[in-house]
Amino acid sequence: MARAAVLGRLTWRVATVAVATRESPTARTVAFDVPDWPGHLPGQHVDVRLTAADGYTTERSYSIGSAPTNGRLELTVQRIVDGEVSPYLVDVAEPGDQCELRGPVGGYFTWDPADREPVLLVAGGSGVVPLMSMIRTRAGAGSRTPFRLIYSTRTPETLIYGDELRRRHRDDHGLDVTVAYTRERPPGSTRPPGRVDAALLNEAGWPVEFGPTCYVCGPTGFVEAVANQLVDAGHAPRRVKTERFGPTGG
Amino acid sequence: MTDTWVDGNDLAGTLGEIFTMDVTMAQGACASCGTVSMLAEVRVYDRAPGLVARCLNCEDVVLRVVRGPDRAWLDLTGLRYLQLPMPD
Repeated sequence: MARAAVLGRLTWRVATVAVATRESPTARTVAFDVPDWPGHLPGQHVDVRLTAADGYTTERSYSIGSAPTNGRLELTVQRIVDGEVSPYLVDVAEPGDQCELRGPVGGYFTWDPADREPVLLVAGGSGVVPLMSMIRTRAGAGSRTPFRLIYSTRTPETLIYGDELRRRHRDDHGLDVTVAYTRERPPGSTRPPGRVDAALLNEAGWPVEFGPTCYVCGPTGFVEAVANQLVDAGHAPRRVKTERFGPTGG
Repeated sequence: MTDTWVDGNDLAGTLGEIFTMDVTMAQGACASCGTVSMLAEVRVYDRAPGLVARCLNCEDVVLRVVRGPDRAWLDLTGLRYLQLPMPD
């Protein structure tokens, strides 16, 4: 019976939108009620399937932002201009709407609260979503594993989870948050706008000797650049876990 | 157009409908060059009717999967083997 509990094929299950919360002009967090949700690991994603009246279906993958202990499953979605699923989730879906979810999936890009190694999280844009699930899980578990987040976003307006990150940076012991604005910085910020580079990874990340596990998530080009810089700095490739979501995003 | 691919993580949902375990955690050997990597780490091109996975090293196709309305096609000719983590 234990084996049956571990192994099982995935099926689509119906989810109902409970709450939708604006995070930025182009991103929204949608909280779903999912009957019999089996729980998830921080870092995992789900596939979302929409079906049109004529039977046309389309699906996309989205990272889970909520901690497993949260009662609802939360996805934070960035709108893609020519997307087929994200415009619905960001601009249209309202409480009571239903769609289908398949998941949770992906055991590779996950963090286990039992892990003791320091953690470096590097996010490009909405790549912060699965990393936020890890940060929330860490806090919920009372973990003392040191975390550092380097979060690259274009402008203060595109920042997702800004208020929560400021609060957690202050209150969650052992969590450091560095936001790297690439185009426009907020008033009072001392760091000039710029991309995440080797100098920033060196300054706001962990020394190689600490043996951190690194999680890098964002657009494919961003993840390529950051992962290469981490490996060039001496981090073992197997300790640099990546999740790329394509040219502009999921 | 060098970044139109995503990670093998993206295979997890579709393969999860076919297999009873998370195959993205399996180690696969490329039939072409022999490079061994986790399926989660291969390159996946998803802007097509199905998913096409390519080797990190030689970029040859290692796996293709297409999900139709009532069936799935799975092409594994590009893999020499898969080593799967198994529960005891």
